Amino acid sequence: MNSNFAVEFHDVVKTFPTPEGGTVNAVDHVTLEIKHGEFFSFLGPSGCGKTTSLRMMAGFEWPTHGEVIINQKEMGHTPPYLRPVNTVFQSYALFQHMTVFQNIAFGLEMEKVPKPEITRRVGEALEMVKLGGMGRRKPKQLSGGQQQRIALARALVKRPEVLLLDEPLGALDLKLRKEMQLELKALQEQVGITFIYVTHDQEEALTMSNRIAVMNKGKALQIGGAVEIYERPNCRFVADFIGETNFLAGTIKAMTRDRVTVFLNTLNQEITGIWQGDLSVGQTVVVSIRPEKVRLADDDDKEIKDLRGTENLLRGKVVTTAYIGSDTRVVLDLGSGLRMRAWEQNAISTLDPDAYYSAGDAVRIYIPMENTLVLPEDVS
Amino acid sequence: MTTVPINKTVKKFSLVRALRENRVAQGLFLIFPANLYLFLLIVLPLLLVTGLSFLSRGDYGQVLFIFNPANYARLFNALYGKIMLFSLAVGLGTTLLCLLIGYPMAYYLAHAPSRTRSLLLFLILLPFWTNFIIRIYAWMMILRSGGFLDSILQWAHLTTAPLGLLYSPTAVMIGMVYEFLPFMVLPLYTSLEKIENSLLEAGADLGAPPWKAFLRITLPLSVPGMIAGTILTFIPAMGMFVVSDLLGGAKTILIGNVIRNQFLTARDWPFGSAASMILMLLTMVFTLYYTRKAGFGEELLV
Repeated sequence: MNSNFAVEFHDVVKTFPTPEGGTVNAVDHVTLEIKHGEFFSFLGPSGCGKTTSLRMMAGFEWPTHGEVIINQKEMGHTPPYLRPVNTVFQSYALFQHMTVFQNIAFGLEMEKVPKPEITRRVGEALEMVKLGGMGRRKPKQLSGGQQQRIALARALVKRPEVLLLDEPLGALDLKLRKEMQLELKALQEQVGITFIYVTHDQEEALTMSNRIAVMNKGKALQIGGAVEIYERPNCRFVADFIGETNFLAGTIKAMTRDRVTVFLNTLNQEITGIWQGDLSVGQTVVVSIRPEKVRLADDDDKEIKDLRGTENLLRGKVVTTAYIGSDTRVVLDLGSGLRMRAWEQNAISTLDPDAYYSAGDAVRIYIPMENTLVLPEDVS
Repeated sequence: MTTVPINKTVKKFSLVRALRENRVAQGLFLIFPANLYLFLLIVLPLLLVTGLSFLSRGDYGQVLFIFNPANYARLFNALYGKIMLFSLAVGLGTTLLCLLIGYPMAYYLAHAPSRTRSLLLFLILLPFWTNFIIRIYAWMMILRSGGFLDSILQWAHLTTAPLGLLYSPTAVMIGMVYEFLPFMVLPLYTSLEKIENSLLEAGADLGAPPWKAFLRITLPLSVPGMIAGTILTFIPAMGMFVVSDLLGGAKTILIGNVIRNQFLTARDWPFGSAASMILMLLTMVFTLYYTRKAGFGEELLV
């Protein structure tokens, strides 16, 4: 396979009228490229434009501006029934008046595939989703999880270039979701088809995807692998949406090639961290510090091992703690009411209460510079 | 050892207690008004008509309690056979035309924006605000020679002579379709409106162009509406006599007219009852046959 992409968006805009008579850009100048065989996710809160993006690939919506390209072909106003993509709908959209077999055979009949081949391929598809022998049932006679598999089989039996999945696990309970996540991922690797997946569930996106586009208000803020968007978010929204983090507001005071010093107004103190993208001295920024990347020490501890001397040091008081087994979640007061969350890993097994922090403890907070991310408020 | 319950008393029947404790009693009590209604207005009249149909007419139009199955025999001749067949044709024709005209209407309604939709629904129901007979009189004005329709057609130079539509089977069909169209459109609309758009999107996504998606998805899913609409149209159309009376003239006689005339003009109640029984039988046979078939229709259409 050459470097051609399965799906490309070139400066795509989709405008919808609002009930008040105005317009809104559900998708706002999005440019992205999805590789062949990739598991790509659109992740964002409801109304961020992820489903609209998917519907433009399927052909249910046409872009107001820009190009949607599938397999090097500009789609323009190509109707859904002529596109080399298939969709798994959030509601499954199974045909209740047909049997499971007829549902899966529908797409092949539209392609005028010969009858014996249809029978064979539908059988294979049913086996693939582990529903062999269910062909004669009606969709209503199946459980939610089984219906979900039928919807998957119905789309995959067409052997599309790209499979579009619109929150397909949304209606399932948590346990089944987790199972299906792994199954979907395995299935995708097995069939090698490009999967484009829409979800608002970050864990789901992180578990399955090769790459993720984090969307908000119609914009694709950051596109990257799970590690990249978690460890190097490019703006406040992404850092906030993926995982948990602490934000400290400040202004850039000085910058070098790989370090930036920020003055924290509320704490009247400087903090040094790493940066990327477009930042300049004097700019208002946020400093993002993940709670698990903070090290605490009792204020009276003389010696702290493993310090490299490049850590930022803050001081604070423990407000509350919650022991949750793998770690202890500590809420700190940095003074002037500013709160910070820190998760201390319980690496040593002990029943000694003194080994754990408790409310009122004065602590030193060490934050390695490379764990201190300086981010713009918004991506430009 | 035997124990005797202290408070074991002889149970006297008490309605209040039965209603409190007995589920069957509760059910019977709740269903009683509906059953009373059914008995007084359907079962009882039906029994009366059935009984009447086997009695005789007196010389002055009174009913004589003499067993007389000849009422039925009288119906089996060429004249009444023709009327029966004609009534059946009109009933089936009305139903078919209503379906053909009503389906696109219902489809449009179901897909119209909600404001247009409520307006259109209102317009469909609007005629019911006026008395049925007055509306049929209006059709007489429209269809009579030199009437409204003729004037328009001649003004537009489409015709030169009057069409003479009034007092013809065509006029009866027009009146019937006009009268029964809403009964076809409304159930069809209800079932079409229930079809989720995502199903049609799924059809398109799987490669079905719009017309195929219509045949394979929309049409089969609207079968319940078709069945309901057909029954609501066919059964009353079979018994209709007002439309044929007013728009059909002397030439167009339906079985409904025969029955009405036996009761009101000829004063032969037993014969009218027999004709009613035959009409009911005919309608029942056709309706049952149809609903049985349509039950499988769902699969046949796929």
